Amino acid sequence: MFSFEQLKKSLLVSLWFAFLTFPLLVIKVDPIERTVLWRWENMAFVAIGSFLISLLVHVFYKQQERRRVRRAAGGIVESEPLIQVILKEPKYLYPMSIAVLLCSLVFPHLFSTYQTNILITALMYVMLGLGLNIVVGLAGLLDLGYVAFYAVGAYSYALLNYHFDVSFWIALPIGALLAAMFGVLLGFPVLRLRGDYLAIVTLGFGEIIRLILENWNEFSQGPSGISNISRPGFFGMELSLDSAILYLYYIMIAMVVFTIFVVNRLQDSRIGRAWVALREDEIACQAMGIDKRKTKLTAFALGATWAGMVGVIFAAKTTFINPASFTFLESAIILCIVVLGGMGSIFGVIVGALVLILLPEYLRALSDYRMLAFGAVLVTMMIFRPQGVVANIRRSYQFKPKPESEGR
Amino acid sequence: MEYFIELFFSGLTRGSIYALIALGYTMVYGIIGLINFAHGEIYMIGAFTSFVVATVLSIYGFPLLSIIVLAGLAAAVWSASYGYTIEKIAYRPLRQAPRLSALISAIGMSIFLQNYVLLAQSSDFQPFPELIPDFDFMEPYAHFVGSSDVVILFTTALAMAGLTLLIKFSRMGKAMRATAQDRTMAMLVGIDVNRVISLTFVIGSALAAIGGMLIASHIGQINFFIGFIAGIKAFTAAVLGGIGSIPGAVLGGFVLGLTESFATGYVSSDYEDVFAFSLLVLILIFKPAGLLGREEAEKV
Repeated sequence: MFSFEQLKKSLLVSLWFAFLTFPLLVIKVDPIERTVLWRWENMAFVAIGSFLISLLVHVFYKQQERRRVRRAAGGIVESEPLIQVILKEPKYLYPMSIAVLLCSLVFPHLFSTYQTNILITALMYVMLGLGLNIVVGLAGLLDLGYVAFYAVGAYSYALLNYHFDVSFWIALPIGALLAAMFGVLLGFPVLRLRGDYLAIVTLGFGEIIRLILENWNEFSQGPSGISNISRPGFFGMELSLDSAILYLYYIMIAMVVFTIFVVNRLQDSRIGRAWVALREDEIACQAMGIDKRKTKLTAFALGATWAGMVGVIFAAKTTFINPASFTFLESAIILCIVVLGGMGSIFGVIVGALVLILLPEYLRALSDYRMLAFGAVLVTMMIFRPQGVVANIRRSYQFKPKPESEGR
Repeated sequence: MEYFIELFFSGLTRGSIYALIALGYTMVYGIIGLINFAHGEIYMIGAFTSFVVATVLSIYGFPLLSIIVLAGLAAAVWSASYGYTIEKIAYRPLRQAPRLSALISAIGMSIFLQNYVLLAQSSDFQPFPELIPDFDFMEPYAHFVGSSDVVILFTTALAMAGLTLLIKFSRMGKAMRATAQDRTMAMLVGIDVNRVISLTFVIGSALAAIGGMLIASHIGQINFFIGFIAGIKAFTAAVLGGIGSIPGAVLGGFVLGLTESFATGYVSSDYEDVFAFSLLVLILIFKPAGLLGREEAEKV
């Protein structure tokens, strides 16, 4: 099965990784008690693991090679994956979406409040993912400080509620608007920057917002955060905890449906196509007469709007916020959702969010390894499947010749 | 006045560490045009390796000088190996891919390494053994400049001089400069570009590791999270000086270090990081080419 050469190579890889991880994985020192713990079993794990992974990668490449040869020979016809067929045919897509919607509507009545709560969180990330998808997936602007807008939304509701007792429904549009304003505020100066500089500036911007929230005590109450934020009221009625969660769940469902609708319509709109054009080639896009400045700014503003709305909902859900919820890691998770799901694909982002948020929730034992896996997944995806789990299929038109001489 | 001098020296110390890390960023960017997001993590791994080695050696009762040498050597060797491996795993397969893919891969690598150290070692701050003793001849100046400041400045200067010599006069340095100018052309004249890129990662990582060890022993504690902030600040330094330019990275490091030191000294220490980030944003907006960088026209 494996050649001797390959086995030797994998053995070398495993030796190399054993060496690489030696000081950090094997030795554990306690500088206060002054003891050294040698964990040799970790070295064995690393060696065996890297040996197997190296073989797996080898098999993968071989298979790809074989497929390429066969394709060159014209042996196989590419069949479309099932998921793409479903997504493309309204005949299948509409009943499926209605079925999913019905399932999600009855969900809280079948499962416990705890489960509902988890699902609310997952739905929040679906919305965040879809919002970031506008900026990263459609417009191709890598935004690493997306969480800043989320924080703006959350803090605008928290502060308005704390100082002026503003209710959830009034704060929702205000939070969205404020976030959009911050989006434009950030968008203006970075218009001229290229991809990777943009990423760093947005990252810096996100950190600045967080640091200000952390240090400006008079304004945001610093690291201790703001507590006792009121939950959304149902036409002025105070709800019990259980029904408040149920209510929030339905709000979330409605918001997600609304988001999907809007993003879907946006994609095919004039501005949506301008974003895609901008992503593909800035210069060609400008040559076609698209206003680069306006297009980029709308992408930032619209992306930020969703983050602001989710921020308001987040503050209402947890009733307590502090700057620790808005770290760079959060931005990375949202980015991971978009990348894993498939940049630009709505369905992909939904799948990505559900997988990335629900899986660690149910695999509590593995939660320590969650971020480790996130990082590994990002790298592996970029190398082996850069288009994501559900690739975004570009709309293409096929011109079929008309049947027989209908004039020329 | 004494306060000013104290701030000045602490700024220089910080600046030299930023410069050491920034060199790695700038060299990699100059050659493959990628922001190596995981570079801050390499610095952190260097600091952790030297922490582990130094503590083990001091427990087994080695003399101080051998601890310093061995810990520094281990940090440099292992960090360089990490740098080499990361380039091979995460960046080399993506060299022809769009920039965004490589950048996301780099971010993934950074998250992975951070959590790897968190799981392998610990999430708490660890006390770093004091490696640099207080010299007697520094006694009269001790109230505004510590012995470790002097050692850091001296080591940084030495490392930079070494790097400059290497790049200016060695065969490999020539190959590196050629690759930075035009990769395809370098390949055509027979330069093993892959080897040059690997070597760039190795050198940059080793420098970052030395910086990591020095600053960790200066501050006296380390944590798995130090790489993130240090990485961004060093990147700021690299951009400030003009990314791709080696003297620029050094200059940028010192400017950033001094700015931070004076800002925290005279304005407020709460906003230390805000100053650095604001500086980064301002530079990228108003002078994206940096202080010593060249303005490059984009080819269509």
